[in-house]
Amino acid sequence: MSSYNLTHLKELESEAIFILREVAAQFEKPVMLFSGGKDSIIMFHLARKAFHPGKIPFPLMHVDTGHNFPETIEFRDKLMVETGETLIVKYVKDSIDKGTAVEETGINASRNGLQTVTLLEGLEEGKYDCAMGGARRDEEKARAKERFFSHRDEFGQWDPKNQRPELWNLFNGRKKMGEHFRIFPISNWTEMDVWQYILQENIELPSLYFSHKREVINRDGVLLGKCDYIALKDTEKWEERTIRCRTIGDMTCTGVAESDADTLEKIIEEVATTRFTERGGRADDKRSEAAMEDRKKEGYF
Amino acid sequence: MRETKGYLDMELLRFTTAGSVDDGKSTLIGRLLYDSKAIFEDQMELLEETSNQRGEEGVNLALLTDGLRAEREQGITIDVAYRYFATPKRKFIIADTPGHIQYTRNMVTGASTANLALLLVDARHGVIEQTKRHAFIASLLQIPHIAVCINKMDLVGHSQKAFEKIKSEFEGFASKLEIKDVHFIPISALNGDNVVDRSKNMNWYEGSTLMHLLENIHIGSDQNHVDCRFPIQYVVRPQSPEFPDYRGYAGRIEGGVFKPGDQVTVLPSGFISKIKSIDTFNGEVTEAFSPMSVCITLEDNIDISRGDMLVRENNKPTVEQDIDVMICWMNEKKMIVGGKYTVRHTSQTARCIIKEVKYKMDINSLHRNEEDREIGLNDIGRITIRTTKPLFFDSYTRNRNTGSIVLVDEATNETVAAGMII
Repeated sequence: MSSYNLTHLKELESEAIFILREVAAQFEKPVMLFSGGKDSIIMFHLARKAFHPGKIPFPLMHVDTGHNFPETIEFRDKLMVETGETLIVKYVKDSIDKGTAVEETGINASRNGLQTVTLLEGLEEGKYDCAMGGARRDEEKARAKERFFSHRDEFGQWDPKNQRPELWNLFNGRKKMGEHFRIFPISNWTEMDVWQYILQENIELPSLYFSHKREVINRDGVLLGKCDYIALKDTEKWEERTIRCRTIGDMTCTGVAESDADTLEKIIEEVATTRFTERGGRADDKRSEAAMEDRKKEGYF
Repeated sequence: MRETKGYLDMELLRFTTAGSVDDGKSTLIGRLLYDSKAIFEDQMELLEETSNQRGEEGVNLALLTDGLRAEREQGITIDVAYRYFATPKRKFIIADTPGHIQYTRNMVTGASTANLALLLVDARHGVIEQTKRHAFIASLLQIPHIAVCINKMDLVGHSQKAFEKIKSEFEGFASKLEIKDVHFIPISALNGDNVVDRSKNMNWYEGSTLMHLLENIHIGSDQNHVDCRFPIQYVVRPQSPEFPDYRGYAGRIEGGVFKPGDQVTVLPSGFISKIKSIDTFNGEVTEAFSPMSVCITLEDNIDISRGDMLVRENNKPTVEQDIDVMICWMNEKKMIVGGKYTVRHTSQTARCIIKEVKYKMDINSLHRNEEDREIGLNDIGRITIRTTKPLFFDSYTRNRNTGSIVLVDEATNETVAAGMII
């Protein structure tokens, strides 16, 4: 490698930092969405890098379904105390109480879809004109065509057929009153890049990502961890397995995977050899072939 | 364990592909992804299922990239799709675009950040209009490397003669273009000949396989490391007890190499100062080059803001308001001569007026049309603009970062054009 050449991780990092700074310069009131998952933890880390030695010039927002893994919330709160950055929490329960969101019923009930309502309410309430997220193009095929700067109309909707062309590193964040942008600084990262970066930067993660023992059920091929929000069918019963999370979302729809990987090195080995996609375990993506595209059009992340 | 370490040392190569349904592009990309284990079993199962449902024979790999519902229903690609794969040596980003003339804007978009263009030629048909179009766009966008894959060699009996004929056909056409580095590879995407593994059917071919080329082609010189250009993107002023007077200029190096102690000139003010430090979260660095994102502090306290640029006194960019540009129009609303647009260039934003159209380019024949000068969607032409304030730029051929602009429609806020400064 020549001396004036960056490694792929350095180049991806530089690209993400460039975008974060562009957001701070082009928007009046941006906010960064934070879920406590590895992608948003990386985004937070990159934001600290982008504005160092200053503080991050925008707040973080967590849309809390109330169905999170307790480990996620614990980690989130500790991280904010340690870094002194600002986090706003919006609760799906508040939207349900107000009547703007309606709780799903039935055996597979999940609050995952309801997050969109609370998110859009939160953005409107705070008058945020830009929300940054840690979505990656390799995650799902509807995301493969998402822009870094993704325009949303006044209803928060995405029009995939009418996206602005995006060339070189010239980003166009202009919009009308009431419209906003979704911005994805780590669009070009893959799951492997994320793990390598976590290893390289020595970034701390919630313990859920590492192998541990947990009581689970197997529902339609997806392993779900024990919690109060899942009602069992007659034929189902909890059994203990050695598992870890590949993604972290709601306990009601985040499938966990059987794994012995208890260090970053072992996780990277596992990611390198696995034959299944990261979101393969997400019950929310399995609802239909275009499930993600439909949710995104409505304003989901 | 050693493998884990190895992964941290990879380089990044961005390449673009363009083509239609039947030249084997999807098969080739599918093969690169599958052989590098970037397609997973659950994706493959879903593909098989969907292909079956649609009554197609075999697995339709286009379904993998055509992510939008409308695309799958109509069997077309409407947008740039980004795909990723990695080998132990490099990580690859593919910008995959449809090759039809009506998608010129997508090809231009995909080409704008690419190190390499992968051109597919059907060995039975030779160089066709689509090949020429893609080659022209690769040269217009100054993609540093071109790999011409002559595909379906199995259907012409793996004949060296057929390969050589297409090669010289392409070279004849390319001599009219500004193309620096071209490689020709005879392949069969379907059978995997010369894609990842060497073909046993074409012993006459002594060059590298496609994968070997992608993994080893020298990309260290693709960035400009000569002309120092640092557009200020954001000013970092913590005003905290720890850093009460810190004033750092954040941005990405867009050309040249900067070091602490270097004398720099600030544009547009012309003030001269010295670099005090180049800061990152991980500490100070001793040099910074493109495309690093850094934060620079200066010895003197001068007024600098977003849109300004740090350069060297003896190597300044052009500072001008009248600018000649090759433009690719990207919007259904036609370009208006005399119309006003917002121009985005490095970290600068200005307004501009379209003064005149010199000619429109026929991208199939490379003919310069001076009669019909109307520029609409997917048209490419040479124009002159006048900006409200001077831009600090280099010619696009000298530096892609400081030689590119986009135009924004002031009524709709849409990005309507991409421009390469001449």
